[in-house]
Amino acid sequence: MLYDLPFLAAALLMVIGIATMLLRRNLIKVVMGLSLVEAGVNLLLVALGYRGGGIAPIFTNAPQDLMVLPTVQAMTLTNIVIGIATTALMLSFVMVIYRRYGTADADAVRRLRG
Amino acid sequence: MIPAFILQHAPALLLCVPMLGAFATPLLGRLGAGIRNAWALLAMLATLCVAGILTSEVLANGTLIYTFGAAAPSFAVPLDSGGIPIRIIFAVDAMGAFMALSASIVGTAVLLYSIASQKKNSGQDGYYGLLLLLTVGILGMVCTGDLFNFFVFLEINSLAGAALVAYRVDKGVAVEAGLKYAVLSTLGGLLVLFAIALLYGQYDALNIAMIASRMQFTLLDKVALVMLLVALAMKAGSVPMHFWTPDAYSMAPSAITAFLVVASQASLYGVFRVVFSLYGLALDCLTVGWIIIILGVLSMFVGVTMAIPQKDVKRLMAYHAVSQTGYMLLGVGVALAVLGNQDLLAAYGNIAMQGGIFHIINHAMYKGLLFLTAGAIFYRTGTRNLNRLGGLGHSMKWTMIFFIIGALAIAGIPPFNGFASKLMIYESVFLFNPLLSIIAMVVSILTLASFVKVFHSIFMGPALPEYAEVREAPLPMLIGMGILALMVILFGVFPQQVVDILVAPAAAALTDQGGYIASVLGGA
Amino acid sequence: MAAIVTLQTGTGFWNPLAWCIAFAIALVFAYLIWMLGEKDPGKGGDLVRPYLSGNPEPEKSAVHLRGGNLYWGFTEALHGYYSRVTPLHSGILTDYLLWFLGVIAVVLIMVGVLA
Repeated sequence: MLYDLPFLAAALLMVIGIATMLLRRNLIKVVMGLSLVEAGVNLLLVALGYRGGGIAPIFTNAPQDLMVLPTVQAMTLTNIVIGIATTALMLSFVMVIYRRYGTADADAVRRLRG
Repeated sequence: MIPAFILQHAPALLLCVPMLGAFATPLLGRLGAGIRNAWALLAMLATLCVAGILTSEVLANGTLIYTFGAAAPSFAVPLDSGGIPIRIIFAVDAMGAFMALSASIVGTAVLLYSIASQKKNSGQDGYYGLLLLLTVGILGMVCTGDLFNFFVFLEINSLAGAALVAYRVDKGVAVEAGLKYAVLSTLGGLLVLFAIALLYGQYDALNIAMIASRMQFTLLDKVALVMLLVALAMKAGSVPMHFWTPDAYSMAPSAITAFLVVASQASLYGVFRVVFSLYGLALDCLTVGWIIIILGVLSMFVGVTMAIPQKDVKRLMAYHAVSQTGYMLLGVGVALAVLGNQDLLAAYGNIAMQGGIFHIINHAMYKGLLFLTAGAIFYRTGTRNLNRLGGLGHSMKWTMIFFIIGALAIAGIPPFNGFASKLMIYESVFLFNPLLSIIAMVVSILTLASFVKVFHSIFMGPALPEYAEVREAPLPMLIGMGILALMVILFGVFPQQVVDILVAPAAAALTDQGGYIASVLGGA
Repeated sequence: MAAIVTLQTGTGFWNPLAWCIAFAIALVFAYLIWMLGEKDPGKGGDLVRPYLSGNPEPEKSAVHLRGGNLYWGFTEALHGYYSRVTPLHSGILTDYLLWFLGVIAVVLIMVGVLA
């Protein structure tokens, strides 16, 4: 049960994020919800990489040759970087929209439809 | 002769060349617009050459494996890893090479066209840089054999695409389209990553072939399948997740729209790669095949019916892009539905598959051409509104000819390429389920109807006084359109050659999951 | 030559070359018929003016049928369909997200994860 906690937390974060995206009308909050989903996925990735009693792959002073392969950690770092780029891009989009439309309400930002 | 170095490292060069081009473009932009344009064009032409070399290599020698960081590119599985390919591997089979070739042909036409169409705009350094970066994303997606790597290129694709959609702010409306595209594709990308995490947690591998060889089709695998399938189908713009498509396609600069079609097709390739190579026969093929068929039929019908009443020419064409994606989903979905049954596969499954894949390259060509003609009209008249345009046939004769070629091709009128691939889809799908085939034909008729409307309202009628100053589009634009028009005609007049050389190997590569796994893992 | 360009579609075939030849022959006939006509109608006079039963010719921009007027009958006949489908393209971002997640839910049920 204790080992499942990170997975539950990850699932909870993703669900909260998706709910925020669907229920909040402010575009900034939609982007925040997206960041929460991303955090949930990152947590899931890191939790998958945990090996009980494993040794971190730092070659200097490693007690033995058998070490944990840091694939998921590398994936998580990559995803954090990608996440920063996408979040920054989307927030700047929202800024431009607010400046031009005078609102950041998802219900009002709908000049393209039909 | 081609140096051995290029032959050996072609899969890596396919990405290095446009990436170097992308990041050097803003630097060279400091030296002058001419140098920058020449550099971007050179980078794209070099990419096209590498794609051509890669395709001929793959077609001659079978699937090409390129392992990054290994002593030799073909060392996919390190000796001390316990049989798991831990490095990033590019596995370029006939399908990947096919997509890469079609993307770089459209990319070259689009870049040539952009040189004229962007001439008067500001911020061109970023424009060309992002255009080349989008190329990197597309080519990476279609070449990689590693799931996480696929996700990274998917995100590069989404980011560069969204930035380009919003590039000409256009009173904020283009940014609105860009935001919708960015939010949806980022959420889709995160769900793809979620699915990858589920697969990694079970099989301790990221390599597509490795996971495929260990596939158990557990409950978690089903969840991962749904996430991958739906997220990538959303990125490909299939109904009922197509809502971002008309927004993004209509507001992006026209050259970019033509390339976004290819970017969407890279996601469509992702759908096919996932269902055929990653899951393959482990799937409940009939159910998943029918899911894809239903998505396809919905896309075809809703896309075309929504296109008919549109007043914005690019928005109309965007709905047609949705509708044409439906044909590809239909053809490949039928092949998937009969994947387990060799008799049915030989009777019509393979032809349906080939029709669907042939339609991908045909669509990239004629839809790219149509968006470029719409862009030329917007460039000269400043409007996309069909209610205001008219009588341009008097002044823009070449654009009109290119438009006619594109419109007849998309409507499936012989002898253009759209007819050849649609005929293959009609005949094979008719054997599977006649109703689906009839729907496909009706959709084709409606497509023709709505392009008659576009043709009439833009080109026909007396020369209007407000467009008395309008001249023919500039030469680089015409060359860009001409390349695509030539491909449309060539593919239409010699369909069997294209099918034999490019399409049939691609279809065979997708259906042969065992061959894909063996080519990466060395028959183990 | 003819065999090379024939596309085999499993149950049938398609030869673009034969079609092109037929098209070219039709073009030749069209050209011949056009040849029979008046060579040079001149710049003015009744031959070049639109025939409107003697009514005065309206302005050029009034003659052109604009794009929005086409297929009015089609959309009107399918009003029941369009009045349902068009509002779905609401332009609201959260609606789009809801559709996306809804399709995921439906496909989860179809594949057999839920249910």
